[in-house]
Order: sequence, then C-alpha cells, then structure tokens
Amino acid sequence: MGKTNLAERQQAIPGIASESDADAWFERRFNECFEAREAAKTPSMSIVVTKGTLDWAYPPFILASSAAALGWEVSLFFTFYGLGLLKKDVDDLEISPLGNPAMPMKMPFGPGWFRAIDWKIPNAVMGNVPGFEKLATSLMKKTMHDKGVASVEELRTACLEADVKMIACQMTVDLFGWSMDDFIPEVRDWVGAASFLPTAQRSDVSLFI
Amino acid sequence: MSEIAATVDASGLNCPLPILRTRKAIKDMQAGEVLEVVSTDPGSVKDMASFCEQTGNTLLASNESGERYVFLIRKA
Repeated sequence: MGKTNLAERQQAIPGIASESDADAWFERRFNECFEAREAAKTPSMSIVVTKGTLDWAYPPFILASSAAALGWEVSLFFTFYGLGLLKKDVDDLEISPLGNPAMPMKMPFGPGWFRAIDWKIPNAVMGNVPGFEKLATSLMKKTMHDKGVASVEELRTACLEADVKMIACQMTVDLFGWSMDDFIPEVRDWVGAASFLPTAQRSDVSLFI
Repeated sequence: MSEIAATVDASGLNCPLPILRTRKAIKDMQAGEVLEVVSTDPGSVKDMASFCEQTGNTLLASNESGERYVFLIRKA
C-alpha cells in the first residue's frame, strides 16, 4: 500500500492514524455493505426437472411453490420425462412399483392393522399382472387425497400463480415426437441447456430432480 | 391482541398447502393486519415460523390445542 494512498484515506476518514486502522475500517465497512446487500437480495432457486412419474412430480412442484411462497424467484427447467409435467393434462401421470423397492405398498382402506401391512410383491408378479401400475396409481392417488396432499395439477397451478418460471427443453419435444400444442400455454420459453445454465449459475439454490 | 382481519382454514391439508394458502391470504391484506391460520399438519409449526422469518411478517402466536394448530401473523 503506497503512502499517498494512506494519506488520502486519512484525509477522507478522520480517526485513521495507521495502515492497520485503515485496514480494520475497510474490513468493517466491507462487511456492513456485504451484509446489507445480502439482506436486500431476493433469493433464487433453479431446478432441472427430469422425471415424469406421479411420485417424482411432487418434489419439484412442492419445492418450487414453497420457495415462491417465501418470496424467492424460481425457475424450473423441464427436460426429458420431466417435460411430461407441463402437458395440459397431468391427470394421467402414473407410478410404477416395479423396480422401485423403496416404495411402500399399503392399502388406503380397511382397518388399521390391514393398512399397516407393507405388501412385498415380487417384481415377477408386478411385471406380469396386467394393469398393476394402474392399480398402484389409483391406490397412491387415494392415499394422497385422504392425507390432504395436493394434486400435481393443484401444485402446478400454485406455482404458476406465484410466478414460478416454467422453461421447457426444446430438444425433448422433437425427441419424443410431441407437439407444442400438447403443453400448457404458460411455458415461458422453449430453450436448450445453454440458455438455462446462466440462470442456474446465478441461483442461490440449484437442484437436479 | 389485535383484531383478526382474516382467517385461513387449512385443516386437513398437508405440506406445502398451509403455507401456500397463508401466502395467498396475506398478499391481499394491508400492512399491520393480523391473519389467523388454522392447521392440522404438525409440520406447519416449523414451516410457519420459517415462512414468517423469510418474508418479514411477524408470527405473533403459534398455539397447539390437541391436533389443531393456530397461528397469528401480522403482515409487515
């Protein structure tokens, strides 16, 4: 640090007698300004949404709607199977217990002891019984409804109302032979990874689901 | 205790609905007004505190009676 510099600072700020005084003052002011800026900043979150089954539809929409409720800026980038969550009709989302060993299989009806049973069904049975996924899906939907969990559509609407930005992967539409008309008009943008990454870079929270 | 300007009944609803309903109601209120939220979701106790801390609104009360939780929030 040159002498001129110190002399200038001494002139500007009374009470600074030495270089270490100047450094201490700078440190304190820097922290004050930094904290003020952090406090004034709107937190932001971006999520890459890659799954399109009923169970995996929940985490991104729950996190996004909650963050928006906290006043955060939220962007969701839907790609691959995740893009299915932007279709006009999300009532037909399904869940598959096949190859999904962490998923509990419980009945949403009957007496308590019956509801408590976790049905261990072999993959060979789940894979061969026609309509097994339809059955699992309807049981899961009943459970969610009974427990007061919002529907996917409800959560998606809450996100849109709270100004969550829904961004769709252009490539996926072409890849799966979908048409843009299949999707809700609220989709903000149809872009590629290179357009979403700068948003993710600036986000305080960035998740991949 | 200030007068309650509005009430949200989030009974039977699960995460994140109580917070979303609270946010929706508080948006339409005037600064200083008090919102009452009723919930049956045990998770909403901590979530409501976090919501208030993040949004700058004041959590005046967080009461539990049986399986009902009642919150009073003053809009900032």
